[in-house]
Amino acid sequence: MAINKQNEKTPMPEQDPIVRAANFDEVSTGYTTEMAINEATRCLDCKHRPCVGGCPVNIEIPDFIKCIIQGDFEGSYQVIKQTNSLPAVCGRVCPQESQCEIKCVRGIKGEPVAIGRLERFVADYHMKNVEDTVKRAKLNGHRVAVVGSGPAGLTCAGDLAKMGYEVTIFEAFHTAGGVLMYGIPEFRLPKDVVQKEISSLRDLGVKIETNMVIGKILSIEELFEDGFEAVFVGSGAGLPNFMGIPGEGLLGVMSANEFLTRINLMKAYLDEYDTPIRRAHSVAVVGGGNVAMDAARCAKRLGSESVYVVYRRGESEMPARLEEVHHAKQEGIEFLFLTAPVEIHGDAEGNVNSIECVKMELGEPDASGRRRPVEIKDSNHLLDVDMVIAAIGNSPNPLIRMSTPGLEANRRGCLIVNEDTLMTTRDGVFAGGDAVTGAATVILAMGAGKQAAMEIDKYIQEQ
Amino acid sequence: MFKIIYKRVLNPMVTWMDIEAPLVARKAKAGQFIILRVNESGERIPFTIAKCDAEKGSVTIIFQKVGGTTKLLDTLEEGDFILDFVGPLGRASEVEGFSRVAVVGGGVGCAIAYPEARALRDAGAHVDMIAGFRNTDILMLEEEMASVSDRLFVMTDDGSNGNKGFVTVKLKELLDAGEKYDLVVAIGPLPMMRAVSDLTKEYGIKTIVSMNPIMIDGTGMCGGCRLTVGGEVKFACVDGPEFDAHLIDWDEAMKRLPQYRQEEKNCRLMNQ
Ligand SMILES: Cc1cc2nc3c(=O)[nH]c(=O)nc-3n(C[C@H](O)[C@H](O)[C@H](O)COP(=O)(O)OP(=O)(O)OC[C@H]3O[C@@H](n4cnc5c(N)ncnc54)[C@H](O)[C@@H]3O)c2cc1C
Ligand SMILES: Cc1cc2nc3c(=O)[nH]c(=O)nc-3n(C[C@H](O)[C@H](O)[C@H](O)COP(=O)(O)OP(=O)(O)OC[C@H]3O[C@@H](n4cnc5c(N)ncnc54)[C@H](O)[C@@H]3O)c2cc1C
Ligand code: SF4
Ligand code: SF4
Ligand code: FES
Repeated sequence: MAINKQNEKTPMPEQDPIVRAANFDEVSTGYTTEMAINEATRCLDCKHRPCVGGCPVNIEIPDFIKCIIQGDFEGSYQVIKQTNSLPAVCGRVCPQESQCEIKCVRGIKGEPVAIGRLERFVADYHMKNVEDTVKRAKLNGHRVAVVGSGPAGLTCAGDLAKMGYEVTIFEAFHTAGGVLMYGIPEFRLPKDVVQKEISSLRDLGVKIETNMVIGKILSIEELFEDGFEAVFVGSGAGLPNFMGIPGEGLLGVMSANEFLTRINLMKAYLDEYDTPIRRAHSVAVVGGGNVAMDAARCAKRLGSESVYVVYRRGESEMPARLEEVHHAKQEGIEFLFLTAPVEIHGDAEGNVNSIECVKMELGEPDASGRRRPVEIKDSNHLLDVDMVIAAIGNSPNPLIRMSTPGLEANRRGCLIVNEDTLMTTRDGVFAGGDAVTGAATVILAMGAGKQAAMEIDKYIQEQ
Repeated sequence: MFKIIYKRVLNPMVTWMDIEAPLVARKAKAGQFIILRVNESGERIPFTIAKCDAEKGSVTIIFQKVGGTTKLLDTLEEGDFILDFVGPLGRASEVEGFSRVAVVGGGVGCAIAYPEARALRDAGAHVDMIAGFRNTDILMLEEEMASVSDRLFVMTDDGSNGNKGFVTVKLKELLDAGEKYDLVVAIGPLPMMRAVSDLTKEYGIKTIVSMNPIMIDGTGMCGGCRLTVGGEVKFACVDGPEFDAHLIDWDEAMKRLPQYRQEEKNCRLMNQ
């Protein structure tokens, strides 16, 4: 088929911004077959395949796109599935603009091929049309425990189960899925999609034990005593950071984790669920990452009239996915760049009534290579809000580290691992994902889970 | 699913429940808590572990009906199931190394105070227990408290049992009579714990309270349970729930508790 010369990506059908800012249904409804084929024909099938190198799990991108052109969507799915166990998730939430798509040759003159959208199309096609026939591997008699059921834990468990290991995942929450369930909202990643992936793991024979906080009900030592021969720790980065400014104890100040967990995991936005949620008139979300975007857009959907994103650097420094920023703007979220909070004020009852901010300017680059924001003197100003959400990052939870002798972490609380083997400082205990890197991405967590599965296999076979 | 194996009504507002959770029962220590979710649409709510029986595999909670979820929980009977039950969470109480201790409980707080008294006594301390209730109609757990303390003083706000006064009245009386406690433990409503804390501060006696801010996960993930203790932000679910009373920012803690009062009023069950 001839190359499609169209310089822009084939647009993705989306709910109207005004309509969707009042519901939790998915924002983008996905490509139709025609749109997918149209977009796929923009791919040049480059010999040197730069896009593949941009994908952390090296999906054979031109191959799966070629299958789409041929109308072989299931074949396309199989290509992706060789290296990515959660395509329906990644197609939706990967920061494509800094991974696969940034390397795409078509991006030089126009927009890159919409690799993420195509991946989602293929994954959704498979989910809708193909009944998975799971072939359980013959058990090899070895048992592995996985702590945490986020993308790192799920991937590690799935790969080990396919090799014949008897795998049990221990999850602290009552529902498996990690951030995919409690953090990322329904309108970006429908929970059905996540649960479908999880049920296919169960079909592979993976046991999932929820309500199990490792370090409390069982220690890592006890997992070994119970007969597990290796443990993978994929406990994520769930400990919320606060700003450390006066007024954080006021009513209406909360972490994005609390706000999002009430909404996503506890479904507080639905009348038939009991968990309460604060519905504010006006909200300030502090931060500039995906978490901030999600919190701001949820606040809007709960009926807040004004929602501000307060970010201390400039727009181009924001770590959030481009698409989310774009969608947030369409939905009426107001961005206050180069602005930092210094104090939160409250009324006599202790309810937030405003947030005091200062203006910033960009100075010298800091350790992360981004220009460091510096406060502009006497630029204090008040923003009237009745809720403040802190979305300024998370650190790994210390529970497991503190309850496991010999498990070492760095200054930021991240578990220390050998980069080649992903083994921690405790023999037989492996770790990956946000617990090791600090808050990162779904695909990196999955990559680590995958690598760990291989290394655990090697480790056990050598014993 | 977790089975309710025993239920007993302690007073019109307070219920005792034994729940089958063998793993939790094996691990739990005094001072720790669990979080449960009654059904799929339910909220996660925390309760202190009042007692466990590792042999039977049961965990006891004693709860007061204050709102939607506790009322819902109370409709369940022996043989019914609770969907989710996670624990033991939080740190265990420090019970070693004390010689004379006063354990003060207020209302449903007695349910939490009594296992604590038992643990302290098992660790070798002489334990006086002061239990306060509004009136005799809601008096409960007298036998249990008597069995784990050397002396038990039951006070009622209205004097309906003949001992009129708040728990602090009794505590002050004992202290002024020359009692030398090396630890006071106070568990009950915030204003009561604060009053005990203010009193013992004057006497310079180390005092521990069990805080119960609003919680979701109970693992340090949401920050909803944060308190200021000694000028530092602490998460009650992982750093507590027990803290040094004299270091707590009580003004802030009292303000934070009614966080969801408005929202809870809108809740379906609350309106019944
Ligand atoms: C709101 C939000 C939006 C995001 N948006 C994006 C996005 O658009 N794109 C993207 O690529 N990334 C995004 N991320 C980041 C991404 O979700 C994470 O990097 C990824 O989920 C990390 O995976 P993980 O498996 O390491 O940990 P997690 O997903 O955090 O899972 C860890 C699991 O371990 C459990 N656990 C923790 N401690 C214990 C214990 N002691 N015992 C048992 N279980 C335990 C936790 O309950 C949790 O379920 C977002 C993150 C958040 C919070
Ligand atoms: C660590 C911990 C241990 C606890 N142990 C026990 C226990 O052993 N027995 C027991 O009866 N209760 C205990 N509680 C309190 C119990 O969790 C709450 O009473 C319960 O969550 C109320 O839920 P509800 O839906 O019935 O009421 P809601 O409808 O949520 O609330 C009704 C009223 O109670 C207030 N309230 C809500 N949460 C709390 C809270 N955490 N503490 C005090 N008041 C609250 C609300 O502001 C509202 O006014 C404990 C709390 C914590 C954090
Ligand atoms: S997994 Fe992510 S990075 Fe890799 S091709 Fe898919 S969308 Fe791109
Ligand atoms: S770089 Fe772009 S055009 Fe080239 S093969 Fe990859 S997706 Fe196709
Ligand atoms: S309950 Fe969420 S951090 Fe304590």
